[in-house]
Amino acid sequence: MKKKLKNIWLWLDDRGGFSDLIKPLKTHLVPPGSTWNYVWGSATLFCLIIQVITGIALGFLYQPSADVAYQSLQYIENQAFMGSFIRGMHNWGASGMVFLMGMHMIRVYINAAYKYPREMSWITGVVLMAITIVMAFTGQLLRWDNNGVWSAVVAAEQMGRIPLIGDSLAYFLLGGDTINGETLNRFFAMHVFLFPALLFLMVIYHLYLVFKNGISEPPKVGRLVDPKTYKKWYEDMLLKKGVPFFPDAIWRDAVFSALVLVVIVCLAWFVGAPALSDAPDLTNVNANPKPDWYFTWIFALFALMPMQIESYVMFLGPLIGVILIFSIPFLSKGGERSPLRRPWAIAGVIFIVLTISSLWYVGVQEPWSPRFDAKPLSEYTTVPNASPEVKKGIELFNTVGCIYCHSIGDDGGIRGPNLSDVQNRLTREQMVIRIVNGAENMPAYGGSLSKEELDAIVSFLETQYKTPNKGN
Amino acid sequence: MMACNCEDQQTEEDFKKAVDRRGFLTKITIAIGGFIGTVLAFPLITSMLDPVTRKKSVNWREIGDVNEFKENEIKMVSFENASPYEWSGKIAYSAAYIRREENNKFTAFSVNCAHLGCPVRWEADAELFMCPCHGGVYYKDGSRAAGPPPRGLYTYPIRIVNNQVEIETEALPITNISS
Ligand code: FES
Repeated sequence: MKKKLKNIWLWLDDRGGFSDLIKPLKTHLVPPGSTWNYVWGSATLFCLIIQVITGIALGFLYQPSADVAYQSLQYIENQAFMGSFIRGMHNWGASGMVFLMGMHMIRVYINAAYKYPREMSWITGVVLMAITIVMAFTGQLLRWDNNGVWSAVVAAEQMGRIPLIGDSLAYFLLGGDTINGETLNRFFAMHVFLFPALLFLMVIYHLYLVFKNGISEPPKVGRLVDPKTYKKWYEDMLLKKGVPFFPDAIWRDAVFSALVLVVIVCLAWFVGAPALSDAPDLTNVNANPKPDWYFTWIFALFALMPMQIESYVMFLGPLIGVILIFSIPFLSKGGERSPLRRPWAIAGVIFIVLTISSLWYVGVQEPWSPRFDAKPLSEYTTVPNASPEVKKGIELFNTVGCIYCHSIGDDGGIRGPNLSDVQNRLTREQMVIRIVNGAENMPAYGGSLSKEELDAIVSFLETQYKTPNKGN
Repeated sequence: MMACNCEDQQTEEDFKKAVDRRGFLTKITIAIGGFIGTVLAFPLITSMLDPVTRKKSVNWREIGDVNEFKENEIKMVSFENASPYEWSGKIAYSAAYIRREENNKFTAFSVNCAHLGCPVRWEADAELFMCPCHGGVYYKDGSRAAGPPPRGLYTYPIRIVNNQVEIETEALPITNISS
């Protein structure tokens, strides 16, 4: 029996060539010391596998049609067996992929693994990143809730800033002059067919390059990369000290991927995918479209940028960014790879990470966004025993929108300055001038408030929050 | 000896022929590949360009009786876009803010913020349009009041026919780099 099975296997392997298929893995040598720092790329690939599988699963449940997509998502989320878990996994798998890809890129940059002869690995990596970002964004729109459709509008508007062809690109993206029945199909086709196809081609090529050029050896201070001698040196080094990729290196990838899986499963199970907002409806203006976390920092950038340069930044920023990233392997070709000898590279990474993190932080806070749901001030908490005029001022402060952007105490928005002690900073006169004329980020109320209303608001601002003994 | 020579000559000639042949076959294969690629690209491109090539109409849509709009007030209306698909559902509708002034003067503002297209809200008591996304603010006449928008709100063409207010469907306004 055992012999028979063995014979069957031998036949299959001889004709099917299975051993030959994985032979390259077993014979492929990698430099010694490729340790835990080398797992980021494979973990990113692992996330892609999760995305493919959960994506196919979602494909069995999702209806890519403008009129019912939202209902099918409700079904996935609330009724389908394990539906919300699958959606959660797809969501966190995407997050994981973006995050791990970022780590992979930082690792490669810090160790200068992009230098000769691995320039193309860097370039294809950047292309892969671009495709991944497109996948993340198109996927987010397939949620097709109210925030989703409004995000599509915002994306189209950003395209619109590209000179000359901006409008056409925007309408091309939407599949028409407005959001319409074809918009969703278009994003669906891109997310499920077009970009995955490109992604797979690029991944295969990226992996092929890893095999062709070999994994970069851990850098050592003082060991320079010289394009003339590097390849030969690398081969000799492998022959002398190399270890087989399978299993000497791949076991770490397996362990780390399993860890990633555990984290993603936990997040999917306990946190889940973002809640769906209202049904898609462009006549429902109570939407506050916000992108998923990996775009929050770009979103913040758009809010904070001065209006005069914004259009240029929106278009030139990504362009210059892409050119810069692509040119990295050509700007620093050979030479030192060790991060210890490339302080500027480290400084650059730290700078970019800090910038993105702080933008991300304000993006989550959204200080620029008016708080439409701010709790109205009440006269009792704000100014006890207020005069009728002050009462009217409080009332107006709530109704004419001051409170959306200004706080009194802890209540109200944070776009404008907190006005709790404005009476100590500005005279009555100055307050009137500011309210009537507005400022760069404050509308002028001169046209809409009557003289009495203005007086009432200023009286309130003057009396509020004085110390109790003074107020009485 | 002779035969050997002949053979040698022949081989050389054959070789040259074979090389020529190979060059020719290479060219032919590339050309055929290009042809196949072009033919196959065709359906992909035409389907992607369907929104451009399909027939479109410009439409005036009734949005209500003149009396439904009060003077000096702003009211939100919704109307069907031009040439919707049958499966568009609710998404085929857009909204606009209609402002009526004295002397039957009507203005229709797009609800899309001129910054990045988010939906602006009309705050009646404040008499301001406010954008939730990045804090853009507009006055009741649509002009920019504060925040990142580089210009005022966009407007739709509007007219009155037989006491009915009508609005012309238009493309989603896109703010250009030159705005
Ligand atoms: S979209 Fe309205 S302020 Fe940015």
